[in-house]
Amino acid sequence: MPIPTTPLPITFDDVSVHAPGSRLLDGISLSLTAGEATAVIGPNGSGKTTLLRTAMGLVAPTAGHISWAAQAAAPISRMALVSQRPVMLRRSCAGNVRYALARAGLPWRQRQQRTTELLALVGLKQVAARPARRLSGGEQQRLALARALAREPQALFLDEPTSSLDPAATRDVEDLVRTIIARGVKVVLATHDLGEARRLAGKIVLLNAGSVVESGPCEDFFTAPRTAAGARFLNGELLV
Amino acid sequence: MGAGAGSALHLVLSGDPELFAVVRLSLEISLGATVLAALIGAPLGALIALTRFPGRGFILVLLNALMGLPPVLVGLVVYLTLSRSGPLGALGWLFTPTAMAAAQTVLVLPIIAALTRQHIEDLWSEYRDELLAMNVGRLGRVATLLWDARFSLVTTLLAGFGRAAAEVGAIIIVGGNIQGYTRTMTTAIALETSKGNLALALGLGTVLLVIIVLVNALAWAARRTGERYAT
Repeated sequence: MPIPTTPLPITFDDVSVHAPGSRLLDGISLSLTAGEATAVIGPNGSGKTTLLRTAMGLVAPTAGHISWAAQAAAPISRMALVSQRPVMLRRSCAGNVRYALARAGLPWRQRQQRTTELLALVGLKQVAARPARRLSGGEQQRLALARALAREPQALFLDEPTSSLDPAATRDVEDLVRTIIARGVKVVLATHDLGEARRLAGKIVLLNAGSVVESGPCEDFFTAPRTAAGARFLNGELLV
Repeated sequence: MGAGAGSALHLVLSGDPELFAVVRLSLEISLGATVLAALIGAPLGALIALTRFPGRGFILVLLNALMGLPPVLVGLVVYLTLSRSGPLGALGWLFTPTAMAAAQTVLVLPIIAALTRQHIEDLWSEYRDELLAMNVGRLGRVATLLWDARFSLVTTLLAGFGRAAAEVGAIIIVGGNIQGYTRTMTTAIALETSKGNLALALGLGTVLLVIIVLVNALAWAARRTGERYAT
């Protein structure tokens, strides 16, 4: 089966993911298309991370089907995932980016220049030689984004990218995400921060207990949610 | 006792060529065995850490058990293997430093493989999602994890070197303790003890201890410097 050159659209068709004793995703049907960023929101344990990992091809559905540009094989080289607490490899900032570039297959001669470009993009050029594990949380998150961009992804999954950051670091990361969106990368963002979803996304997917409660344009959801659960979530009520 | 210790000290301070030949041979054999065991054992341990296969549990138990291999048993097996009628007898290695290094490699290999396996498995649980998301293949994972665990692996190498440097049972069987050829610090200590020259044996033991402490201090300094600038 040919590997598609683009992963989009990513189509979930009645996808369920089960773990022993729990249903992480339950009958999810949705389509992630090119264009505006999509925010996947919902309370803790609603399945946001599992949805992102499944879309990335890292988790196989227990039931249902998922396809990438109508193909069953995930073009993982065209996608990237930045986790909530990204793991910093035990090397310098530049070393982390160079590693990602090497894995992406960039020729050795071009890596140094591309590393400098990416570090400049995320505002870490001045700390290129610093060990990555000594960066602040916000800097680590930006370095993780640089590492993800090294793959030149067409779809970028961000799992709670600012959940542990202070407001200033959150602003820096959000500015960077806007730059990435403006470059035409499809961003799918898992967050429980409604403000962040509103600031960054054009589409919303509200999850609860592994199921899609509501999905649609961001402004519609925030101004007039179609479901009672959506309205309760917006009001800060607990979805149980 | 005091006279013996004094004569040992005199041998050291006077730069006795025979003593230093013994020290050099000891270091060459132990370091060579440790390097060879590391070249085989570290990738092997990493591969076991990253692979799931039927009987893996048995392999792990076996590997851990082999860390306590009795040196005399290893010496006997290597002796039988290298003896004239053994499968590798044609190599003519018996009673040579090569045979001694081979015996020490067999002793050190399980230590390095088992400890590496543990380090890499711990690191893999941390790196798993990141490396899978970067589509890193199996060999790439092994190389990445070995590199990123390099400072932890220094301790593993030291454990292996300590085992090799302190070992006497295996090398005395396969080396024969031939003066000027296969005599090492530990076999010399064993010989002097059997001759009743306990003070000289103690003096030689002290020299061996100092060497081991020095090697550990150097490794510690290298690890500390590396950690400060690279992690």
